Amino acid sequence: MRRHLLESADLDRADATLVLDTAAQIESALAGREVKKLPTLRGRTVVNLFFEDSTRTRISFELAAKRLSADVINFSAKGSSVSKGESLKDTALTLEAMGADGIVVRHGSSGAPHRLATWVAGSVVNAGDGTHEHPTQALLDAYTIRQRLGRLEGVRVVITGDVLHSRVARSNVWLLHTLGAEVTLVAPPTLLPVGVGSWPVTVSYDLDAVLPQADVVMMLRVQGERMNASFFPSAREYSRRYGLDATRMAKLADDAIVMHPGPMNRGMEIAADVADSPRSTIVEQVGNGVSVRMAVLYLLLGGPA
Amino acid sequence: MAPPSTLPTGVPAEGPETTSSTPTATAGGVQQLLSADDVTRVVDRIAHQLIERAASSTSSGDGLSDLVLVGIPTRGAPLARRLAARIEAFTGTAVDVGTVDITLYRDDLRTRGVRALEDTRLPDAGIDGRLVVLVDDVLFSGRSVRAALDGLRDVGRPRAVQLAVLVDRGHRELPIKADFVGKNVPTSRTQQVRVRLAEVDGEDGVSVTDA
Amino acid sequence: MTLLIKGAQPYGEDAVDILVRDGVIAAIGEDLSVSTGRTIDATGLVALPGLVDLHTHLREPGREDTETVLTGSRAAALGGYTAVHAMANTDPVADTAGVVEQVWRLGGDAGLVDVVPVGAVTVGLGGTQLAELGAMADSAARVRVFSDDGKCVSDPALMRRALEYVKALDGVVAQHAEEPRLTVGAQMHEGDRSARLGLTGWPAVAEEAIIARDVLLAEHVGARLHVCHVSTAGSVELVRWAKSRGVEVTAEVTPHHLLLTDAQAEGYDATFKVNPPLRTAEDVAALRAGLADGTVDAVATDHAPHAGEDKECEWSAARPGMLGLEQALSVVVDTMVDTGLLTWREVADRMSVRPARIGRLAHQGRPIAVGEPANLVLLDPAARAVVDPAALASKSRNSPYAGRELPGRVVHTLLRGELSVLDGKVQK
Repeated sequence: MRRHLLESADLDRADATLVLDTAAQIESALAGREVKKLPTLRGRTVVNLFFEDSTRTRISFELAAKRLSADVINFSAKGSSVSKGESLKDTALTLEAMGADGIVVRHGSSGAPHRLATWVAGSVVNAGDGTHEHPTQALLDAYTIRQRLGRLEGVRVVITGDVLHSRVARSNVWLLHTLGAEVTLVAPPTLLPVGVGSWPVTVSYDLDAVLPQADVVMMLRVQGERMNASFFPSAREYSRRYGLDATRMAKLADDAIVMHPGPMNRGMEIAADVADSPRSTIVEQVGNGVSVRMAVLYLLLGGPA
Repeated sequence: MAPPSTLPTGVPAEGPETTSSTPTATAGGVQQLLSADDVTRVVDRIAHQLIERAASSTSSGDGLSDLVLVGIPTRGAPLARRLAARIEAFTGTAVDVGTVDITLYRDDLRTRGVRALEDTRLPDAGIDGRLVVLVDDVLFSGRSVRAALDGLRDVGRPRAVQLAVLVDRGHRELPIKADFVGKNVPTSRTQQVRVRLAEVDGEDGVSVTDA
Repeated sequence: MTLLIKGAQPYGEDAVDILVRDGVIAAIGEDLSVSTGRTIDATGLVALPGLVDLHTHLREPGREDTETVLTGSRAAALGGYTAVHAMANTDPVADTAGVVEQVWRLGGDAGLVDVVPVGAVTVGLGGTQLAELGAMADSAARVRVFSDDGKCVSDPALMRRALEYVKALDGVVAQHAEEPRLTVGAQMHEGDRSARLGLTGWPAVAEEAIIARDVLLAEHVGARLHVCHVSTAGSVELVRWAKSRGVEVTAEVTPHHLLLTDAQAEGYDATFKVNPPLRTAEDVAALRAGLADGTVDAVATDHAPHAGEDKECEWSAARPGMLGLEQALSVVVDTMVDTGLLTWREVADRMSVRPARIGRLAHQGRPIAVGEPANLVLLDPAARAVVDPAALASKSRNSPYAGRELPGRVVHTLLRGELSVLDGKVQK
């Protein structure tokens, strides 16, 4: 395992599989236990450094770190020295001086975790950077797929939505490809990056055409305000062409599943009855997130400093 | 599988065997301590001791329903399963078996690095109020056993915890003592004791290697 | 004041002695000798006319913490330059006669290179109202190059008027070609890498669309147009096409666009963030070819000093720009001379003669000949060195060449017969 987890693009198959296997062992070791705590990271300090609000991701990392007995410090940019103009580098050096063994960073700027990793001795975990990557989300998605379908090799995954602005999409494209899945991206051309042709994916503009072959449909959050920049004409038209409703869901194979990284825009990219259907893994994804993040923290922080 | 007819199958003497059969010296400073047959014989003996101990520790019945054999991966896990199989062969009673991976409880991760985790599986009936016998291949510093005790504490409260090992090679670093020992082997600290089990290594045997 | 340069090779050709007296080349020949004055041994050194930069950010007034006219002049002299055009995006903006004269005077005080102020096209670089171009042209600074560099004059009507207006001043508009609506939030070249790195793309078309528009406007009104820092293969193609139609267009390319690609963005080191962004290897090849065949007229540094905190940060928070003055000639040697794309005479043409002509500098970019001003650079083309940002004369450290070994060392620089650099040491 490497020292940092910055992007799923640089995880090889062995690394990624080790994370998933470790998460599965942790989950089964903790299943049914009253004491859901392990002493593994006792005396280690994990800083949750969140420059963007993301309660769900922060809580998931916090729980993961605490279940491994790490000391957890939540450092939110709002109301801190950062909002008073302190630079990322100065913040990093401060955390370093405080002896942070691991820094879990969420930042609005792509590549901020990479920069951070050059300034600190501890391990850096990317908890989402700009429109770049969100590798633990992809790992928990892969974990969820493997848990539900029993495999990743050859699984056909359709990722639909605002790929252009989605760090979840990027992380999933690389990780799923590494793990042998076949990824199809579906979006209006305006929401696909120029350069998507170099990705190991199939691209389609037609959701209805690809659904019948899909094993997994992953819906990405689409922000309504995108239409102000003419990425699409209206929320209604987007929803009609690219939203997943019950009619579209009926085209899926019997055992196909529906995923969403959350938070959902019900009625926009996903209909309420789809989100709440038995195909939906949305709640499982949240629980799996803790196991996967425990695995990542164990593998990065458990060994020699 | 019936015990080999050439070996005694009766109740063995109390306590661990302390004299060793003459080790078979081979090339490269490797000494064969137990052959495959020896391993089978030792497992059988520990199984008998467990049966006896279970019976003596309960006021009613054979006490076997009270017993849980918990193996410490990697080789403690198949050892526990073998012991359970032998007990069932000798008594006709199935014994609960589990494994507890101790990696996340180890105190040497920082020096030896992280490693892949192994299975933790406990019987559905749990371990609360029962007699748990931890099973491992080699008892050395005692740190693995300490980690296993910590792990057990988080999953329940057994009535008592005992320890069975195939080989005790000495050099304890913690106040831990085995209740059932297949073979005591005097070693130097730098020697390596290697236990091979068919389930993991393709064959049975125990050897010691000079460092 | 007499200086005898022994054994230099003008334009890399046969070794000769060059006698400099009273700021002028007094004699060129073999075995020259003098009874008074200084003699320097230039054996093995190539002599070129002093370099002229069309595009330098000196940061004074306003950001003297990152560069001053003096420190920028030192960097320029060490790079072999004898004239630099100081861009207008200072604080206050160089959009009045007062500001351009201030910069011009500071340059004279430094006395290491001719500091030629560029005047802003629009008031405050605001892109809405023409600055007093005539006043700047008539000032002591004699401004001939006008540019809103850093920002594009994107309003087509305003651009047309600016092109027309400067005809009366023998001036030229130097356009920063960037369609702003196509580069909102742009961080790096739009392509495979931006898609993967999750950085908002700066598409080639945003540059090319403006160049296409501007060459047509220049043709329509019969004006001179200079295109700053062309960075794409398409831009080279458009300039080539415009020249073939007889449009009076010139273009420059930066050293970094001749050497580096968008691969540098991997790792998100903002030292490599620049506007226009580093492009693909295909673009680099097209730029080199364009410079070699003369489609691209000049190498201009776009020397852009920035404070450490503006680079040691998140990529999107970093300011665009990189240092160039001290390594420009080395990069050209590396990318154009050592590759056989340019002769030394052509290097002189692209780095001195044509830039001086574009900027209407009568006494710069002159041939190495008797009676010409003694603006010279003497370089050792064989010397190779690893670039150490800490050793640069610039006040800033944002060199994209840090740790890179480059050929070509500037040994001496002469401005009007005075040594501004001697043995690689700046003299003021």
